[in-house]
Amino acid sequence: MTSDSDAPKSAAARLFDIRLLIGGLFVLYGLMLGIAGFFTSDKARAKAAGININLWLGIGMLVLGLLFLLWRMVNPLKVAPDADVAADAGGSDVHH
Amino acid sequence: MLRLDVNVFDYAILAVYFALVVLIGLLARRAIATSEDFLLSGRSLPAWVTGLAFISANLGAIEILGMAANGAQYGLSTVHFYWIGAVPAMIFLGLVMMPFYYKSRVRSVPEFLLRRFNPATHLFNAVSFAVAAVLIAGVNLYALALVIKSLIGWPIWVSIILSAAFVLVYITLGGLSAAIYNEVLQFFVIIAGLVPLVIIGLKDVGGWHGLQAKVHSDKLFNSWSGTHVGTWNNPLGDWIGIVMGLGFVLSFGYWTTNFAEVQRALSAKDLSAAQRTPLIGSFPKIFIPALTIIPGLIAIAVIPKMGSGDKAYNNAIPLLMNKYLPNGTLGVALAGLLAAFMAGMAANVSSFNTVFTYDIWQTYVRKGRSDSYYLRVGRIVTVVGILIGIATAFIASGYSNIMNYIQLLFSYFNAPLFATFIIAMFWKRATAWSGVAGLAAGTIGAAVMHFAGYHIGYFYPGGDVLAHAKVNAQMVNFYGAIVAFVADAVVTVAVSLVTRPKPVEELAGLVYGVPDPKAPDPKSLPKPSWWASPKLLGGVSAGIVVVLSVIFV
Repeated sequence: MTSDSDAPKSAAARLFDIRLLIGGLFVLYGLMLGIAGFFTSDKARAKAAGININLWLGIGMLVLGLLFLLWRMVNPLKVAPDADVAADAGGSDVHH
Repeated sequence: MLRLDVNVFDYAILAVYFALVVLIGLLARRAIATSEDFLLSGRSLPAWVTGLAFISANLGAIEILGMAANGAQYGLSTVHFYWIGAVPAMIFLGLVMMPFYYKSRVRSVPEFLLRRFNPATHLFNAVSFAVAAVLIAGVNLYALALVIKSLIGWPIWVSIILSAAFVLVYITLGGLSAAIYNEVLQFFVIIAGLVPLVIIGLKDVGGWHGLQAKVHSDKLFNSWSGTHVGTWNNPLGDWIGIVMGLGFVLSFGYWTTNFAEVQRALSAKDLSAAQRTPLIGSFPKIFIPALTIIPGLIAIAVIPKMGSGDKAYNNAIPLLMNKYLPNGTLGVALAGLLAAFMAGMAANVSSFNTVFTYDIWQTYVRKGRSDSYYLRVGRIVTVVGILIGIATAFIASGYSNIMNYIQLLFSYFNAPLFATFIIAMFWKRATAWSGVAGLAAGTIGAAVMHFAGYHIGYFYPGGDVLAHAKVNAQMVNFYGAIVAFVADAVVTVAVSLVTRPKPVEELAGLVYGVPDPKAPDPKSLPKPSWWASPKLLGGVSAGIVVVLSVIFV
């Protein structure tokens, strides 16, 4: 076993916030589907039992995506002070 | 012929998804400096992330398609796989077992057995788990390729190589964090893909009552009818098999000891988050049957000749996607399905590499190297595991029956696990050698019962081994699990009584009633808010299941 002093420190504190990517993906999908929903053909609507599903799913995904982005803004990822130091140490280990 | 009408819009949605999968791997790479960062996410994740990953690691596409097939075949009885067969075990894991796993700082489930019992028990469990994980990763890959071939017409080998390459890139770069983040993303996308099917399908058949009228079989709308012991005619057999075999032995064995699941909780940032991981996961688990069983029933109602030819029950969801979803929504559903296949493979690979690196390589092959050495081993093992998965998938595409035998073989190893763990955690007299003896006895018991079951009239509909009747395989499976549990428990206790117990100080923190003197004072740890209390979450989850079980009895 290596001694604690030369063992690399965890860089886990540098992990990004997944809420940004979930929010981003759902906003993008929501816009893509929602816009397509305005051009739904009668055939596509009939296929989905009369529901304009692209429009409704688009709205639903857009709202969920915005909620994730809002949650991230209101309650950002907190980095504990000592974890911050560990992250910096880990960073310098990686780059030298 | 089942071939989806996929257009450029759907492909654009798929392309965005797959680009994001790789991006997650690239971004997660920054957060890896140690082997624990790579194999256990540095034990840093919040409970909602690990909780959704916990459920997502199980929500692979094989599970989704299979449960929809069960819905079509068995109807509402399928809820037993969720409400009895999952939620109680998840609550038990969170409230009772997680403190032993998390506080002892073990890095894997086999490592718990090493410290509680001995190297023989450890090797038995680590090797059987590691081999099962890579082979089942291959099963997932093959199943994915089959679905892509039937839905969009790509050749099997293209799908196998391409999807394995995506999994390889994101796990080798980003480790467990990338696997878990992708599982969380996949959770939301698969839900977004399944909800439209249920809404459109229910509108088409005229709501829940319309569905009941169209399916026209009361049997499919009861969950407990026909489960009397002695005179069962429920498709899942009698209530002893359902409650004890499925609900107790199989469910607790899978959810509380399968490392692909427990690993998600071990990656949580503190004990409270680890405890809440399976509890948070239990809430979606309660409601997922609405997204799998209902499509199965809708398929019975609206698809002519469902259950025969290329309208196999397993195709219920793809058939409905084809019938109902216009381009766009179809792309989202397809992305969810493909993501679920990849997640199923990634969960197996990301638990395999941890067990292989820590439990086999570091413990028995190359001890005492630097952490950066084991980080490198972890990455190499990830690549090797995926290559073995690819090889397995190609072998399976030649001999598809092999897959069934593989899964059957490993079910023998899984059946007795819970007996060993529950005795290990609650009986400090259980000795070093009782572990492996019990596991071996339980595995043999499961295998013997499986073969004997085919010769026992009680497991056949009608109660006789008739020439034309088909054995109730689920029921044999449930009873086999009961036999495995009893065999394991009896042998573990018997061996313990004739061998010398471990010194109590070696059991600190591993067994109930033997506290770890080095553990931090519980009063010094931050107390979670009242709404995040594990007991409250577990209680609410159990309450919802009871209410739903009464409604859908």
